[in-house]
Amino acid sequence: MHSDRASLGLRIAAVAGLAFLHLPILLIFLYAFTTEERTYAFPPPGLTTQWFAVAWSRPDIWDALLLSLQVAAVATVLAMILGTLVAAAMSRARFFGREQISLLVLLPIALPGVITGIALRSAFGIMDIPFSTWTIILGHATFCIVIVYNNAVARFRRLSGGVMEASADLGANAFQTFRYVLLPNLGTALLAGGMLAFALSFDEVIVTTFTAGQQATLPIWMLEELIRPRQRPVTNVVAMVVFAATFLPILIAYYLTRNGQELAGSGK
Amino acid sequence: MSREAIFPARGPADRLTAAFWRHPRLLLGLLLTPPLLWLGVVYLGSLAALLLQSFYSIDEFSGMVVPEFTLKTYAELLRPSNYDVILRTLLMSAAVTLGCAVIAFPIAYYAARFARGRLKALFYLGVMLPLWSSYLVKVYAWKLILAKEGIITWAAESTHTSGILNAILALPVIGGNSLSTSYVGMFLVFTYVWLPYMILPMQAALERVPTSMLEASQDLGATRAQTFRTVILPLALPGVIAGSIFTFSLTMGDYIIPQIVGNSANFIGMAVYQLQGTAGNIPLAAAFAVVPILIMLVYLTLARRAGAFDAL
Repeated sequence: MHSDRASLGLRIAAVAGLAFLHLPILLIFLYAFTTEERTYAFPPPGLTTQWFAVAWSRPDIWDALLLSLQVAAVATVLAMILGTLVAAAMSRARFFGREQISLLVLLPIALPGVITGIALRSAFGIMDIPFSTWTIILGHATFCIVIVYNNAVARFRRLSGGVMEASADLGANAFQTFRYVLLPNLGTALLAGGMLAFALSFDEVIVTTFTAGQQATLPIWMLEELIRPRQRPVTNVVAMVVFAATFLPILIAYYLTRNGQELAGSGK
Repeated sequence: MSREAIFPARGPADRLTAAFWRHPRLLLGLLLTPPLLWLGVVYLGSLAALLLQSFYSIDEFSGMVVPEFTLKTYAELLRPSNYDVILRTLLMSAAVTLGCAVIAFPIAYYAARFARGRLKALFYLGVMLPLWSSYLVKVYAWKLILAKEGIITWAAESTHTSGILNAILALPVIGGNSLSTSYVGMFLVFTYVWLPYMILPMQAALERVPTSMLEASQDLGATRAQTFRTVILPLALPGVIAGSIFTFSLTMGDYIIPQIVGNSANFIGMAVYQLQGTAGNIPLAAAFAVVPILIMLVYLTLARRAGAFDAL
């Protein structure tokens, strides 16, 4: 009989692997409280909460945070609309070009981000479009569509076509069926997709550097600090905030979809 | 008294519903038009613009882009300094993919075969959270870890293993002044950041390996190692390949990690970024960007043939 218990070596390797995934992030929390200003010395010589106050009173951080929230919110809404439309179309019918469309949706994240970035930038250049908040949103919405799509299409697949036919038989028109049958069934999947899209957009930096011009989103602000560290303690605090801001939507998305195993993580 | 079986149309919404019913293509068209316009125009249009630029060249004296068709820019890719960049990027991508596969396997295997109930949920969440959490924060955490005064040096000193650390750093080529300025450090960061992308498809593939096959293998007298090599590995391979699509592609296109960790050797992503930015050589940047596209297209074709897409 095949043994039902994992060997000790496997258990150690699995737990060590998970620890490898999580310990580095925990370190961020420790460093946000360090009293050391100039280096990344470990262990921290002392602990303090003063950097939270310093970060709080920095207008440049607030500006970057607001821009990031704004971009993520608009890009998420756009992606939710477009992603749901594709998912609805794909679930309804077999048609010519179906495979190509699914590839097209996937392409913005299957190709390295630097390519999406430079492609958008050269297109803006050719068409003389000046950089603005909208150019950032344009890029973000493009690669967020697939996140919403993945979640929605999995839910559509589980949804039996019978409920829609029943709704039509009972005299509902297409819009009523959408409002009273489809939307309640899709709700959590769309919300989960939206949460993940928001998290992705909020910390996106690779495409953003190409589409942002002079504006700085929070990740761009952080990237500049990473390349030329000037205010390490404040950056530590910002890193913690960014982590928290993406952590919560992910957790919510997980709880919204945990029964269906449809949180298409491999499709980030 | 007979009543009509079909409700009469009560307004434009009903009439539209009837039209959808009679012409299913109409609804399909309405659903697909906005997203296809967006992806077709914004995204494919941009890619076309990029491709177009890669066939332009730059005037060496004025530094202006000459909008005439030429293959000169692609020929420049083969210059030793540029060719090295491509080779270095491919080697790093391959190494990272291998590293991810080795670390991911025990996690995926344990989660797929032995974890049940709450433990399984814990494993799933334990992979999902790092996957989705902020890329920059993860890289930043590693900058803290790899720094010369950071936790690794401290740990090596307090366990009296500094000798091992120094021996690794003293290795030619992959070593360096400190972990944060060496290829070893860069490899670690890349492996860490892309590891979850390998675990998930691998786990999905392993979950589909039927237990009966493992039992049959054991009944026929295979040792654990033989079962692993002849049953589990071939069946898990599509998952590994699916995961490798992500680790390979993501490493190949990254331009932030090589900027922050490592000895400032150039990588494809960085070359694209610098050429379009400070150097202003858009055609060469575009030509560099076409390289990963081509590699990924070949990779995806091979992966599809190996059945990797079913494991996604």
